[in-house]
Amino acid sequence: MSVAHLVKSFTLWEFVKAHALTLKYFFKPKVTINYPFEKNPLSPRFRGEHALRRYPNGEERCIACKLCEAVCPAQAITIEAEPRDDGSRRTTRYDIDMTKCIFCGFCQEACPVDAIVEGPNFEYATETREELLYDKAKLLANGDKWERAIAANLEADAPYR
Amino acid sequence: MTAFFQSLGMNYEWAWFIATVCGILLIALPLMLAVAMIIYVDRKVWAAINLRRGPNVVGPLGLLQSFADGLKVFLQETIIPSAANKGIFILAPIVTFTVALGAWAVIPFDAGVVLADINVGLLYILAISSLSVYGVVMAGWASNSKYPFFSAMRASAQMISYEVSIGFILVCVVLYAGSFNLTEIVMSQKGHGLGIVNGYVFNILLFPMWVMFFISSLAETQRVPFDLTEAESELVAGYQTEYSSMSFALFWLGEYANILLMCSLNTILFFGGWLPPIDWAPLYYVPGIIWFLLKTFFFFFMFSWVMATVPRYRYDQLMRLGWKIFLPISLLFVVLISGWLMFTRYA
Repeated sequence: MSVAHLVKSFTLWEFVKAHALTLKYFFKPKVTINYPFEKNPLSPRFRGEHALRRYPNGEERCIACKLCEAVCPAQAITIEAEPRDDGSRRTTRYDIDMTKCIFCGFCQEACPVDAIVEGPNFEYATETREELLYDKAKLLANGDKWERAIAANLEADAPYR
Repeated sequence: MTAFFQSLGMNYEWAWFIATVCGILLIALPLMLAVAMIIYVDRKVWAAINLRRGPNVVGPLGLLQSFADGLKVFLQETIIPSAANKGIFILAPIVTFTVALGAWAVIPFDAGVVLADINVGLLYILAISSLSVYGVVMAGWASNSKYPFFSAMRASAQMISYEVSIGFILVCVVLYAGSFNLTEIVMSQKGHGLGIVNGYVFNILLFPMWVMFFISSLAETQRVPFDLTEAESELVAGYQTEYSSMSFALFWLGEYANILLMCSLNTILFFGGWLPPIDWAPLYYVPGIIWFLLKTFFFFFMFSWVMATVPRYRYDQLMRLGWKIFLPISLLFVVLISGWLMFTRYA
């Protein structure tokens, strides 16, 4: 053990240096986002809560092709369909089990009519598990609520597809 | 205060009894409030050094965070494991908490503002802080679970090791002060450094003792870097693992009351207690208790600062520091200081 090493360990030099450094950090501006009041920017490709979209005339886009149900790796989507009175094919049931969903985005990739999309909303925590078993009405309501944001995101992302 | 109650027409015994109870409440209640605020300060300082914000939602600047946590803990169910030794399991947090409060009886907050101005105050504190390990050992043993048991073993070994060197450091202070009474220890520090600075820490022989006392008090209160009894990565939560609700909160409060006690001991023994830092007349217009609280708060800031800076020691490193470095050095300083005082003061 050299003299320099002895002096260093007995004066706690390393500790003094470390504490000087942390004191400097103590006064630095903080980097944490002040979350509920301040949010990070989201990419247009952000995959959040699901929504079923409508055409501008109010007609629902989904044609019950069941591609999303087929591609879903977590088997979170359940669809039942039959022809409607006017002869067009529509879903009678469109359920997403949000507790199963892994947010891979395959459903929106598979959709030929941009009906099922993952919107920018990520704040949909619930108090019970049952509230996370989304049905068609809930998904359509999401679509109505987030349509402007979703449409803007799809447009922003379109050049890269 | 006894005289005041006597003037209300009580006899001496009753007046003394009521005055003592009032004194205990006057210390214990603000102490609990201080513990709640100090937990908040701890989290804030830790967060600030990590470039985080810390609690900032409950109340203005998050000041009420500790009370919200306390309320949450209070409303929860106390779970007692079926394999635990029920009586001791419940007794353990009570022992920890009581002992943590008990030591405050001899702490002088200002000249004469002390519950029990006994002549062996320092010995009393040493005895009480030795007792505080019993709460931990009882908790670890009664939980009937692996991790609390390991934690209790570690805690007992750790506290015994560091109490030895703390004892010798206190001997150094007592040699200089010539008294075990905490009030007299503070008064003897008046103008100690060159006749202008109050506090033993400015003495070249006692400064290393203060550094060792500070580090030992970290070990004694099981703070980072000596928090091996609660090492999360190894022992889940140590001896608190099986505890919930109020029994957990009592450990929590006791731990922080102990930390505050150690901070105030640093203040009293080495930084001149309630005396202003410089022996200059205008500074004495500030009430002594303000100086005392400021200094104690400064030490608490240092505790948090250390917590945010250094990583945890390994157990063999902890033992080596206690027995192979602190013990010989503190022994050497006892000899040095008594020799020096022999030649200068008592020759």
